[in-house]
Amino acid sequence: MTVIEAHGLRKRFGATVALDGIDLNLPAGRILGLIGPNGAGKSTALNAILGLIPHEGELRVLGHDPWASRDQLMRDVSFIADAAVLPRWLRVSQALDYVAGVHPRFDRAKAEGMLTRTSIRRESRVRELSKGMVAQLHLALVMAIDARLLVLDEPTLGLDILYRKQFYDALLTDYFDGNRTIVVTTHQVEEIQNVLTDFMFIHRGRIVLGCSMEEFETRYAEVTVHPERLDAARELRPMHERQPFGRSVLLFDRVDRQQLAQLGEVRTPGIADLFVAVIGGSAGGGGAQMNGSPKTTGNRT
Amino acid sequence: MINSDSTATLDPREPPSDSHAGGSPGPARRGQSPTRLIYWSVRRELWEHRWLYIVPLIVAAVFLAGVAFRITRVPLARVAGVPAVPAHWTDEVGFDYVSFALMLAYVVLAVIYCLEALHGERRARGILFWKSLPVSDLVTVLAKASVPIVILPLLTFALIVLAHGLMLLIGCAVIMGQGANPSGLWLQASAPSMWLAALYHLITVHALYWAPFYAWLLLVSAWARRAPFLWATVPVIVVLVIERLVLRTSAFANVLLSQLGGGPQALPFPPPHEMPMQAPTLANLEAFLASPSLWIGFAIAAALLLAAARLRRHQGPV
Repeated sequence: MTVIEAHGLRKRFGATVALDGIDLNLPAGRILGLIGPNGAGKSTALNAILGLIPHEGELRVLGHDPWASRDQLMRDVSFIADAAVLPRWLRVSQALDYVAGVHPRFDRAKAEGMLTRTSIRRESRVRELSKGMVAQLHLALVMAIDARLLVLDEPTLGLDILYRKQFYDALLTDYFDGNRTIVVTTHQVEEIQNVLTDFMFIHRGRIVLGCSMEEFETRYAEVTVHPERLDAARELRPMHERQPFGRSVLLFDRVDRQQLAQLGEVRTPGIADLFVAVIGGSAGGGGAQMNGSPKTTGNRT
Repeated sequence: MINSDSTATLDPREPPSDSHAGGSPGPARRGQSPTRLIYWSVRRELWEHRWLYIVPLIVAAVFLAGVAFRITRVPLARVAGVPAVPAHWTDEVGFDYVSFALMLAYVVLAVIYCLEALHGERRARGILFWKSLPVSDLVTVLAKASVPIVILPLLTFALIVLAHGLMLLIGCAVIMGQGANPSGLWLQASAPSMWLAALYHLITVHALYWAPFYAWLLLVSAWARRAPFLWATVPVIVVLVIERLVLRTSAFANVLLSQLGGGPQALPFPPPHEMPMQAPTLANLEAFLASPSLWIGFAIAAALLLAAARLRRHQGPV
């Protein structure tokens, strides 16, 4: 079944266009990363999906129009909108009571079980907890909800690397079961590369690239080219070229790996490197580098 | 405009089986009953705003302490040489002051609460947590409106009864300690009619007639980005002044004052030291319910609360 279905999703804030025609079709069972620079429209897209802001264009989430029926949608969707939105006065026990009281699909025992593995005490108020503990609490609440879609908007912002690692580990081991769907945005792209099944690059309110990890791994290759092979390599039209430590690293799209192996050392690039190649290129006016990518999704109007 | 490649379809290689929904959107999952949602929403208001019951408790405690002191100072009367309860004992120890203080606390707390209720959750970003749960904006706004209209008047009434009861017990003990018969005290206080009058006043005036004022404050609280108190008061004052200057009338002020006073059918508020308060009769209640200003006030309150719920839908953190 399709979890999120969007056609020509647009959102304007005054004169600023935050979303400029997003088309998206996300089936169940995927973990999608939305990746883009600040102000690219990631949070706006998520807010529209969660029914927090009105939008133009078609949008269905689990069959609901999110803006018209947020409260019904929230029976099947959970979200962590930021690392710090739990009310500071709330006690841990009150948070459990309240969510158990209003949510039909909250498994209190599961949340309690996850909390016993932390040093969070029931009678503590949120303001007395460290930032990492607040994130653990929020994750425990959200993971105990049997939702079909979980939306995470910068859920680990401001947390140290240990908490970030635990956060995604818990998500994969205790929550994701192949039936649920997760959409996540983060700036720490490298950390979630192994978590994702799909990713999308958003830039200036448009999806510039959408790709599954399987496709990513077969399509893109990064080659540290031997200096004498550089000219030959450039003839294969790399998407991007960079020179770390005086060596030439070229990024290729859909070029035969055996052919590339003759040029130098081949490996799968990081999503972050592809991101720089795609967004950095288009930001610098080199949008032509995206040519020849049939899956490219920017709407050229 | 959009070519076929522009849809980012992330079709999995092997479509996962969907045990949750059997591969189809399936029937909508049932939510909790509205009563349950309201109940938990009201509880969270009381968790967040503990001063709603702590302040009245302090007011009651302070007045009880003062009253207990006064009770020991009221000299007994002498009837035919026998010590007896003085004629105006309940007035002298200040039963009506306790009621008045608790009602004043209620009104002040209700105003502060209404201005804070929908503004505070946006200021602290907590609104994003509340909106992540299956509770509609209307349920949230109704739960918040029930605090000044239902919770506070009932709490105030309970505290008045409790305080008066304790005062009577202390009075009995003191009078018996002085060798007099305290039964005159109970007759004088005529507690049930005093309490009935207080309850009637709380519900008819402060809860029902004031409902549109609370709704207005909640609406401003949902709308204003900052300084909700100024946004709630300044426009009203501007309207009052303009009407006075341009039309040379004060109809708006009269409407507001009449509504604040409990409408044309309000029981006359007894001057201090005329206890016990006049108990309401069935005729009072009939006249109250037949008063158009009550129902017009309700309609305005309902419209303002619906507007507040709609506004909350659009609002994020400020």
